[in-house]
Amino acid sequence: MMDIAVQATGLTKRFGSFVAVDNLDLSIAKGEVVGFIGPNGAGKSTTIRMLCGLLKPSAGRAEVAGFDVARDPEAVRAHIGYMSQKFSLYGDLSVRENLLFFGGLYQVPRGEIEARMHMAIGMAGLEGREDVLVQTLAGGWKQRLALGCAILHRPPVLFLDEPTSGVEPEARRKFWELIHQLASQSVTILVSTHYMEEAEYCNRIALINAGQLVAIGSPGELRRHALGGTLYELSCEALGAAVTALGQMPEVIDAAIFSDKLHVLMRGSVEALQPWLATRGVTAGQPVPIAPSLEDVFVQLVSRSSVAGQT
Amino acid sequence: MIRRLQVMLMKELLELRRDRWAMFRLIVPLLIQVIVFGYAATFTVNNVSLSLLDLDRSQGSRELVSHFVASGRFDVVDRATSQHAVEADIDAGRAVVGVIIHAGFARALDSGKTAPLQVLVDGTNSNTALIALGYVNQIVAGFQSHAAQSAWPAGAGAAVPGLTVSMSERPWYNQDLADRWFFIPGVIGTLAFMQVVSLTAFAVVREREVGTLEQIMVSPIRPYEFILGKTVPFFLIGLVDVALVTTLGVLWFGVPFVGSIWVLLLGASLFLIAALGMGLLLSTLSRTQQQAFALNFFFVNPFMTLSGFAFPISAMPAVLQWFTRINPLRYFLVVIRAVLLKGVGPEVLWPSMLALAALGVVLLTLSVLRFNKSLD
Repeated sequence: MMDIAVQATGLTKRFGSFVAVDNLDLSIAKGEVVGFIGPNGAGKSTTIRMLCGLLKPSAGRAEVAGFDVARDPEAVRAHIGYMSQKFSLYGDLSVRENLLFFGGLYQVPRGEIEARMHMAIGMAGLEGREDVLVQTLAGGWKQRLALGCAILHRPPVLFLDEPTSGVEPEARRKFWELIHQLASQSVTILVSTHYMEEAEYCNRIALINAGQLVAIGSPGELRRHALGGTLYELSCEALGAAVTALGQMPEVIDAAIFSDKLHVLMRGSVEALQPWLATRGVTAGQPVPIAPSLEDVFVQLVSRSSVAGQT
Repeated sequence: MIRRLQVMLMKELLELRRDRWAMFRLIVPLLIQVIVFGYAATFTVNNVSLSLLDLDRSQGSRELVSHFVASGRFDVVDRATSQHAVEADIDAGRAVVGVIIHAGFARALDSGKTAPLQVLVDGTNSNTALIALGYVNQIVAGFQSHAAQSAWPAGAGAAVPGLTVSMSERPWYNQDLADRWFFIPGVIGTLAFMQVVSLTAFAVVREREVGTLEQIMVSPIRPYEFILGKTVPFFLIGLVDVALVTTLGVLWFGVPFVGSIWVLLLGASLFLIAALGMGLLLSTLSRTQQQAFALNFFFVNPFMTLSGFAFPISAMPAVLQWFTRINPLRYFLVVIRAVLLKGVGPEVLWPSMLALAALGVVLLTLSVLRFNKSLD
């Protein structure tokens, strides 16, 4: 049990009659990087805020770094770092002043503050710009500095709520390098994002939709098993008619248009596909099995869980 | 604890220093308002426009008219020729007061009967009307005693009929009843109140909006550390406000400062703590700066109206009078007026000081409890 950094059991948050997080179970091992993926309003931020002790769970419980978030939020706060969606630095303070402020809030020992600030400045790539006001920095620098501020007190667990939104790709890549650096020092990281390619950088992905955990696993596992069938690419002429025709075929789980081709998810044999279309007046090429992208997996799982939620 | 408070204060002061317009915003509007209030806020009624109609045309009536002209209170805008013309003057707003001396005025006066004098007053502004009417009474009384003295020369030995009591007024603390002396201390309290409440409310809400408040809330900071860090700078600004406006009132407008500066400092400190508490409470009730603005407007105006700043509390309905008891401004106005004009100390002012202290404790406690580091 010592290896578990974050453990949520039946975690639920209701705002009035709206259930933002619904009976969520989540277990994260020490040093793991877990990506939290889901559409807007799925409950990612609410979950992270409960784990930080910013919101009280309506039901269920959660332990972070061995402390109960509802009973001992102060102990949790001392052991976590948090970056919210907005860049929460003081724009009218300099790089150095922001670091001094957050270092003081977390009571980083005075003897160590200079060394840790130096490290954070190096991590953000802001050497020589210590006295620049933060509001004049570009998004990528601000974001890396915010991460630097969040880890000044060396927290064993880090919650990052869409840290890379609105940041250019190159800066996002650098940011992820920092995340993996931290993970290699056995910092546990839960990071929410809506960039699919970032999901590939995670050890495991937790997919959340409408407040419920839809799937969890490594990117490979999700690709292989989460769909419950094999994905084929199919070129044909009348794409719209083909989708309608395939929708009636019992072996087809889903068919969707991807640019000028079709992606068809099937259980069992693919032999009957071409004849089925032919009898319905659609000429199609040979179906080619393809590896589903994570995006395919998410689109599938989210739409399935949404349908399940409505019935 | 000291360390976290230290960095909070460092941050607040740095932000204040970086804000180039802060000093301007904090001081200039304040000075302008004191000057405007100092010159404009007055209940004194001078140069009342008067429409006169003398239908008697006797020596006696002309003498009464000359009393009106010589009083300096009135500005004769029309020597009317008919009652109609006087009414038209008042209707059109050319005159506030119309005086009609009816025919037979002097004859009645000479024969010791009641002499007919008609006075019309425009009551639209009830305050001006009352004061103007007071002037009319004064002038008529002066005319009457003058007439009586000439009818019964002094030393005749006979008792003067009609006038048995002569009252002479000597108002204490403000012998000339200068309105400024009443208003400027009120302005000091009111402006400091408005500024401190809104500054505090906006400062916290701004951090909430920008997102830095969330970042602070996940840190191990204690609510009271955050609140102290937020309020100490505004407390100092409030003290500077009070000092600045008081200096201006005393040096520029000649308001006396009879009492002790230390009593004022004590009263102002207690008052500012209560005002800070109110600002913080408003900030915990608002999510955005617009909400804070609306709430601020909603609260600060009634607090000013119900403070005794301009309207006497004793004349308010009982419910509103009760409400003034939870109004810190009310107590501070008592303190500052008493210190400046009367020169009394804590031996007299302790009930108001105690009320301010109690309000401060209650408001600050409430805001610490509401700021419970939770986003729920």
